[in-house]
This record gives sequence, structure tokens and C-alpha cells, in this order.
Amino acid sequence: MDANMNPTMLLLTILFLSVMGFVMGKRRSYAVANDAGGVSGLHSRPTYYGSLTALWCAIPALIIFSFWLLFESSIITNLVISSLPDQLQNLPADRLNLIVTDIKNIVNGNIVSADPNPSLVAAAEHYKKLNSLSHASLTVIVITIAIASILVIQRTINPKLRARNHVERVVKYILIACSTIAIFTTIGIVLSVLYEAIRFFKIIPLSGFLTGLEWSPQMAIRADQVGSSGSFGAVPVFVGTMLISAIAMCVAVPIGLMSAIYLSEYANRTFRSIAKPLLEILAGIPTVVYGFFAALTVAPMIRDLGGFFWLDVSSESALAAGLVMGIMIIPFVSSLSDDVINAVPQSLRDGAYALGATKSETIRHVVIPAALPGIVGSVLLAVSRAIGETMIVVMAAGLAANLTINPLKTVTTVTVQIVTLLVGDQEFDSPKTLAAFALGLMLFIVTLILNVIALVVVRKYREQYE
Amino acid sequence: MSETNIDIVNKGLGKRYRAEKRFRIYGVCAIAASLIFLAFLFISISSTGYTAFQQTFIRLSVYFDPEILGDTTNREGLASANFPAIVKQSLFKMFPEVQSRGEKKQLASLISSGASYYIRDMLIENPDFVGETIQVWLPADDDVDMLIKGHSDRGLVEAERRLNDRQIDWIQQLEKDGSIEKRFNKIFFTVGDSREPELAGIWGAASGSFFTMVITLLLSFPIGVAAAIYLEEFAKKNRWTDIIEVNINNLAAVPSIVFGLLGLAVFLNFFGMPRSAPLVGGLVMTLMTLPVIIIASRASLKSVPPSIREAALGVGASQMQMVFHHVLPLALPGMLTGAIIGMARALGETAPLLMIGMVAFIVDVPSGFTDPATALPVQIYLWADSPEKGFLEKTSAAIMVLLTFLIAMNALAVILRKKFEKRW
Repeated sequence: MDANMNPTMLLLTILFLSVMGFVMGKRRSYAVANDAGGVSGLHSRPTYYGSLTALWCAIPALIIFSFWLLFESSIITNLVISSLPDQLQNLPADRLNLIVTDIKNIVNGNIVSADPNPSLVAAAEHYKKLNSLSHASLTVIVITIAIASILVIQRTINPKLRARNHVERVVKYILIACSTIAIFTTIGIVLSVLYEAIRFFKIIPLSGFLTGLEWSPQMAIRADQVGSSGSFGAVPVFVGTMLISAIAMCVAVPIGLMSAIYLSEYANRTFRSIAKPLLEILAGIPTVVYGFFAALTVAPMIRDLGGFFWLDVSSESALAAGLVMGIMIIPFVSSLSDDVINAVPQSLRDGAYALGATKSETIRHVVIPAALPGIVGSVLLAVSRAIGETMIVVMAAGLAANLTINPLKTVTTVTVQIVTLLVGDQEFDSPKTLAAFALGLMLFIVTLILNVIALVVVRKYREQYE
Repeated sequence: MSETNIDIVNKGLGKRYRAEKRFRIYGVCAIAASLIFLAFLFISISSTGYTAFQQTFIRLSVYFDPEILGDTTNREGLASANFPAIVKQSLFKMFPEVQSRGEKKQLASLISSGASYYIRDMLIENPDFVGETIQVWLPADDDVDMLIKGHSDRGLVEAERRLNDRQIDWIQQLEKDGSIEKRFNKIFFTVGDSREPELAGIWGAASGSFFTMVITLLLSFPIGVAAAIYLEEFAKKNRWTDIIEVNINNLAAVPSIVFGLLGLAVFLNFFGMPRSAPLVGGLVMTLMTLPVIIIASRASLKSVPPSIREAALGVGASQMQMVFHHVLPLALPGMLTGAIIGMARALGETAPLLMIGMVAFIVDVPSGFTDPATALPVQIYLWADSPEKGFLEKTSAAIMVLLTFLIAMNALAVILRKKFEKRW
């Protein structure tokens, strides 16, 4: 617990030091200004001298601080492992991981399953010692650097120092760094998913994954265990995903499009100002709520309704998940289509009215065709949302990978499989766990393609009327 | 007499007007369908959930028997004292006719298994209760709770009920005495998760959500605003900024579960950060909310008229001073609105948290950023999976709490927008 509090305290200390640096830098600038004939003799306003000191106090300290914390735990773990007795070190990777978990549990004072092995207790002591050593040295280094930078900057402050330009340049680099985080996130996603997926495809060939008709990822973790060997043909999973997305789009596109048309072409201001936010509430409801609703209310309702017509409806039918997902997507379709319909120039409508068309004829024959590219773009975005939606299908759709397009049967989706494969115990060598990353890669690629197409289409369309 | 054009038009007019009317009705139906569904969702959840805000309690005269308790003056004594026996004893005293072992067991099961902890806490607070008899309201078992709230049917055949005839007789006797009543469910708002529905609360999950949101807000708002300022005010239009823009737009549409995979592979496996910690949850949520905040902040910066910038530059401000002294203050309300909406979305997000292990069964309320925790939506998911009937109303109630937070946040965003929105 103490060790956990340390970084937070240290962070606060750094912030405090940098505030001190600000005050000291400002004071110092006033002091040198007196010799140079008042504040107007300085190159920059005194605040900039303060900011300069504060920035140079905080930035190096913070960089060291964050890198230290990022790598600390893996380095210490490796050190502890290398100090373990040889017979423990030579264990296979998964057993070694268990031992490391045990050591960490001992460190945190949690109960360990078996009687702790003396060498484990020793390792835990070692771990604790390294941990506190690391924290102590971090504290010393960071505070030294912070104070040293304050002192160095203090000395360099003189009336000719171009503090404003200096500060502005640093701030600009910070702004640039912040804007590149989006790129690093994308790279991070691609690398992390790709890396594990490639490991998966080394075990299961890509062609088998993309064309296999049987999906049963439960495989024996240990060689002596009884169990299926697992088969990783992802076609049933893809078909299930497409089936549920298709049902969702059948609900969302007509309702969303008609709502958008009504709101933008027919509704008066008052109705619009009430109905639009209400529709957007649908988009704001967390998906876990929809999932609960689908599993608890909609699925039994559909099953009972099916029973009424002598139909055999599964209690985790694709229909229930798809229907609820469709309702969730309505506001996406409607608000995006609303925008594109509003962007159609009024002159087109006026032209149609002048030829004697009724309002609905104008909409059907002029407005919609003109807005079609934008509408297609918004539908594509909605499809990508449907494919990537997780909680509704996790809670309302099934786990069994049936290769069927019957909406009354149970199907499974890519996201459901990712969640079931990764929640709970993980073995990072087993294809079972890696399969989740392969599915994640597929998901990422497909949604990326859909998004890019949609964005390009929408952008082209906008330019057409601007 | 031949038909003129106008006659042909007039003939078709009725049909065309009817088509017009139909089209209009389709539109109204579409909106009505979504609104009806919305109402249905809210009604269905609040009608199952509102009962969870009350809980059934049973009044017992608890005799703090020094013989059963033993020495309770020190910690070890308190830890080893047999509090369940105290609860049972006082229950048996109310029904002296119950003698057989089996019946005693059935009777004892009317009171929640967590009741003894309340007795213990009472004793810790008031050590001089030993040897005295005190009237205490203790939580009833969830089966009793369900029966009193009318969620289980008393008219069923005995074999299909969770409680047998004897137990229902006892409950009726307690009802007659006024020793059983529904009270405000404080437990629900003050404790963490539990396997027993009557002892489960959302405070642990709410704290986990709070810590996650603190990290998300502290990281995503400054970074998002800084990125937006760079892209909108400083960046030249070139390949590099194009790449950044395409990236941001794409990230906004990447499925949330993919961010969870990123968190699992990078933060947990590569950097070795702790599992189930709000810190990691906050980092993943930051990456997820960043695009939302950047896009909103850019729109907000765009809406500040160029005349403000030119005026500032005209009186000799540097570009940085122009942005930070003049444009940013004017754009800040819009940025805040975007941030609140982004945070609301992050608060309701579940899937990425499942990937980084914030889905474990955690009883303790987290007290820091690295303690194992869950979040409110994950708690909803966990409870929705539980087979016990008592968790059904808890799930709905937790949803009501979550939705209240979300509605409050969105309302705040709307108010901010209304109050500070400027038309230039």
C-alpha cells in the first residue's frame, strides 16, 4: 500500500516543485530587472521567466518518472526470476508465470493457495527489497533533477534571455506531441493485434481460419487433458456476425432514414427540438443496458411469440440481439442522414416544387437521390458499429457457432468470441487465446475499411454541394 | 371531347395526395417506434428496479451473550467470537416451538448470512452491549426479500417455491408482529459486491468507475485540447497533418473492444501493469475518448471568428499568446461540453474493461488507482449473469443509477452549451 502511494506523492511533489520554480523564476527576473532598469528592460514579461523555470523543472522529471514506472515492474520481475533457484527457473513459461503470481501475492500479503515454498518467500523478500529500492532511487533522482534544473535555469536568467520564445517553442512541441498520440494509438493497436495474430497464424494456417466451417476453440491446455483438439474455422463466426448485423440494419435503416426525412422535411421547429434529443438518448444509453434488456425482456418475448406460431425459437436467438442492436443504431443512421439531407441545396427542392411535385415526390425523386452517397456513407458507418458492438451480443446472443442464416437460431459473433476467449484464465501460448487476437485483427481491418470508404464517400459528397 | 393535360393531372391528384399522406405517416411511425421503444425500455427497467431501493429487514431482540461471545475486548477475541450463533439464538427465542435440527436450520436461513457482521460492527462501536438485549433490524435473506416484495408467488406448489410452508408461516407470524418491514436499502449504496443479493451493493463499482474516470479526465482533456489546438491553429496543411486527421477520424469509429485488446497486449502484457486496476482502465478509456474530445474541441475552435485572432495579432500578440489568451477562453465551453459527452460515453463503456480484467468478483471497495476494481457497467454485466432472482432487481437498480449519472452529465453538457454558446 505504501509503495502504491509513493508515485502519487512523488507526482504531487514534482508539481509542487514546478510551482516553486515558477515563483522563483519570476522573482529572479524581477531581481535581474532591477539592474537592467525596471521590468521594461527584460526581453520577456516576468511570467515567462517563471514558466520557463517551471517547464524545465517538470518536463525532465515527468519523463523519467513515467518511463521508470512503465518499465519498473517488468524489470524487477525479470531480476527476481533470475535470482530464483535453477530448478524453478527452468520450468516452462506458464508454470513460471504462476510462480511469479504467487510471489506477487506474497508481496501483497494475499493468501497463497499452497504452503509458501521457502524459496518463494525469499524471492518475495527480494522483490519487496528491489521494489522499495527502485521507488527510493526514483524519488531521489527525480527530485534531484527537478531541483537541479530550477537552479540551472535560475542562473541563466538575465535580461537578454529570450524566455517567451523559448517557452512558446517548448509549448509548441508539447502540442505536437499530444497530436501524435492518435497515430501512436493506431500503431499500438495494429502492432499488438498483429503480433499475436501472426503467432496464431503460425499454428493455424490463415486459409484454414478464413475458410474453415467449424469453430470450437475449447482445446486442452495440457497435453494429458481429455478434450477436443479445437478447430478454428471462423466462417460460422463471420456468418453469425453478418446475420445479426443484417437484422440490425433491417431495423435501423428504414426507421432511421424515415425519422431523418420526417425531422428535416416535415417537422416544425417545436417537434424537432423535442424529438431529436429524445432520439439521441437512444445513442447515449450504455450498450450493457441494451444487452440486459435484450436478454431479459426481448428474447423471452420473441420466444413466446414464436411458440404462439408453433415456431421453435432459441432463447438466445439472433433475432433478439439483432432487433435491439438495430434500435441502438437508429440514432446513428438518423442523425448522419439528417445532416446529409439538410446539405441538399434548397434550389433542387424548389425546382421540383415548381414542376408540381408533391412534397413526398420531391423527397423520393430529388432529395434522396441527391443525398444518396451521404446516406450510403452513414449506413456504412452504422454497419461498422453493428459489427463491432460487443455487450448486446455478449449478453443476448449465444456461444454456439452454428453455421446458419436462420434468425431464430443461436449464432455467435466475432466480439462474443473475443470476450469469451479472453475473459478468465489466459495462456498466451495457446491458440485458444491467440485466436481472440486473430478475430480482433479481422474486426479491426473490416471496420477500418468500412470507415475509410464511408469517410471518403461522405467527403466527396460534401464537396459536391459546397 | 378529348382529355386535356390538366384533366390527367387532376385525375391522378387524389392518388398522389394519398401517397403523400402515407409517406408522412411512415415518418411519424418511424419516430413513434423509436420513442415507444425508449419509453418501453425505461419503464421495463425502472419497474423491475425500483424495488431494490428498499430491502426487507427483520427485527430481532439480540442478547449479546457473554458466554457465546467470549472475550471481545481485543481484536483476536472479536475475530473468533461466534456472532452467527448470537443471531440464531435470538431467532430461536422468538419461535420457541421450533425444536428439531432441520427446522432450526430452515428458520435460521430466513436471516441473511451477513447479519452477524452487523452485530459484530455494532459491538465494536458499543463494547458495553455485552450482556444486554438490544432491538436490532437485520437484513432478511434474499428469498424472504423476494417474497415480501411480491416477486415470488406464494400461491405456487411448495416444491416449486424457494421457501417451504413452515418458513412462510414464520414470515406471516413476523408480519403480524410488525417485526418484518421494508426499509430504505442503505446496503445497496454503501458496500461492494457480494455473492448474496441482499448484501450486494454498488459502492465498490461506483468507486472503481470514479477512479477510472479521474484518470480518463486528467489525461484525455488536456491532451485532447492540446492536440486540437495544434491541428486547428498551428499545423500547416500537409501530408503529416492529413495522416493525423485520418487517424483521429478512424479511431473514433474503431470498435471499443479493439481498444481493450490494445490495453491487454500493451499495458498488461508488455508493461506489466496490474490487472483489474482503474489505472489501466483509465488509460484505455483515455485512448478511446481522445478522438471524441479532439473532434469536439476542433469544432469549438473553428467557431471562434477569425476577427478575434486578427485583433490579437494586430495589437502585437504572438501566435501562442493569441491562442492561449484569446481563442482558447472563448472555445473552452464548447470543449468542456465535448469532454463531458466523451466522459459520459466512457462511463457507460463495458467491453474494453472486460479485456483488462476489471470483471473479477471484487468485494472490497477500491481505495486507490491500482487496487483491483470493477466499474458500474461491468457490475451490471456481472449481476445480469447471476442466476439468483434477487440480482435481477439489483441489476435494474444499478442501471437506474448509471442512467441517472449519464443523464446528469448530458444535462450538464446541454446547460453549458446553452449558457455559453455564442452566435458571432
